[in-house]
Amino acid sequence: MAIQALSLRFGGVAALTRVSLEIRRGEILAVIGPNGAGKTSLLNSISGLYRPQEGSIRFFPAPDDEEGVELTRRRPDEIARLGIARTFQNIELFRHMTVLDNLLLGRHIHMRANVLTGGIWWGLAQREEIEHRAVVEEIIDFLEIEPIRRQPVGTLSYGLQKRVELGRALALEPQILLLDEPMAGMNVEEKEDMARFILDINEERGVTVVLIEHDMGVVMDISDRVAVLDFGSKIADGSPQEIRSHPDVIRAYLGQEHA
Amino acid sequence: MESGIFFESYRQDLTLRRTPAQKIRLALVLAFVLVFPFFADNYYLTLANQIGIAAIGAIGLNILTGFTGQISLGQGGFMAVGAYTAGLLATRWGLPILVTIPLACLTTAAVGAVFGIPSLRLKGLYLAIATLAAQEIILWVVTHWEAVTGGTDALVVPPATLFGLKLGGRGADFRWYWVILAFAIFTTLFAANLFRSRVGRALVAIRDHDIAAEVMGVNLFRYKLLAFATSSFFVGLAGALTAHYRTIVTWERFTIETSISYLAMIIIGGLGSVSGSIYGAAFITLLPAVLNNLGRAFRDVIPGIAGLIPQIQLGVFGGVIILFLIKEPEGIAKLWKDVKDYFRLWPFSY
Repeated sequence: MAIQALSLRFGGVAALTRVSLEIRRGEILAVIGPNGAGKTSLLNSISGLYRPQEGSIRFFPAPDDEEGVELTRRRPDEIARLGIARTFQNIELFRHMTVLDNLLLGRHIHMRANVLTGGIWWGLAQREEIEHRAVVEEIIDFLEIEPIRRQPVGTLSYGLQKRVELGRALALEPQILLLDEPMAGMNVEEKEDMARFILDINEERGVTVVLIEHDMGVVMDISDRVAVLDFGSKIADGSPQEIRSHPDVIRAYLGQEHA
Repeated sequence: MESGIFFESYRQDLTLRRTPAQKIRLALVLAFVLVFPFFADNYYLTLANQIGIAAIGAIGLNILTGFTGQISLGQGGFMAVGAYTAGLLATRWGLPILVTIPLACLTTAAVGAVFGIPSLRLKGLYLAIATLAAQEIILWVVTHWEAVTGGTDALVVPPATLFGLKLGGRGADFRWYWVILAFAIFTTLFAANLFRSRVGRALVAIRDHDIAAEVMGVNLFRYKLLAFATSSFFVGLAGALTAHYRTIVTWERFTIETSISYLAMIIIGGLGSVSGSIYGAAFITLLPAVLNNLGRAFRDVIPGIAGLIPQIQLGVFGGVIILFLIKEPEGIAKLWKDVKDYFRLWPFSY
């Protein structure tokens, strides 16, 4: 995916200013930056929730696809259909639905039943439910959430909800997975679990991962590349080692005199 | 006493009635429903038919409001569309009910989808006002488009026939009972199936979190309109059945009061519950009848109570809604579930 000179404004406030960023196939890219730097705005632009005024986001579904697909003028559901899934900073699950139903909703774009075949049930709808239930059970297995599959999501603890939200995004079988602070508010063990899930998703399923994260330890450990945003502009990108010693990054985080 | 419910295949897990107890209860209910009309007199048959029609309408409204979270005050208007379409097709062209009813359903679905367009921009109270506009616009058209609807005059629908059998005349209630029952079972099964498959799940997801649903690939525009259309289809069915069963269509039957009493049905029965819609329909239909009978029974004990009954009905109606909203927002469906859960572990419930 190639993001080119992306600018997003809300009235007079510039959320993103000419941000260009490349997301490489199969990598884990961390997006970091101080609060209000535009990290979530960037993710929202990719998933179609925000309409950037300028610039382009081009997604290349297949490796040999030179042309790509432009995302900036598409609806969120069209972008999901292209294979881009995400989680949110403040968990946005379907609170009254069970874990199973939340994950099955993630299969929405892969299923075909319509009102008629769904209402009739026997035939297509039933066959499809069984098929996709098997896929979802495999994800439940992977995330180790078997005991809670029948519980309404609203009753679960914060850490489990984060995990279910990851599962829902995974059920979509995305090519690119956007994670907005997947470890915020977790304890060390939960963070370790989550880091392991993310690495497994990346390695075993070959999913490209873009994550926003504040925990520098995690960022440096699991990401292949890091991009830094500050006041809506990208100030650096590169390997974790390069970023660690990048003067602009240190200035953005620690202030002028430390640089 | 059971220790849990275990299945060996996903197919078993997906059935609507999963335990032996549920199957037995369903069989008992079916047996009662099949035997009932042979022992009931016309008064009870009329009540049963009213409940059947109300249940269809309530399931329709619940699809939209309970499951998809789009508040609608247009129920009465949409029922009017169904009733007048069916009634006019039967009166003007003498079409049989097997033609008029499906056409009425489809017309109402189309009208519902059109009035659903504001839902793409409006939520909650604002949408409620927009659907209130739908209610008023439809009734205005019905009462003013005299060339077609006959305006405020009642539309007299010829007695229906089905497969060469006359449904009207003596014993009409008995014959209609089976017709309404068939449609009610169809509606119930359709709705129950819908909400254990893809489209229904997407609608519930829209209710819980529309943005998240959209980001997961649900086309909000299409699914919200789909919710309005599907809901209106069944509301139109309730309207069409009213027209043919009553053989008289008047606009007074489809005012805002109708909309509100249907909302009461699904609130009392259980928002987002198919069986709850039926409980609520039965409750709201039976409430005035029960109060009437009670009033008559106490006529001699408390003089003057007969004149008060209409007021008492309104008071109880309001009181019951408030009671449910405070004590059990999930309605009768939840109460019934609590009872079942209690007895599942009986006598070791604690």
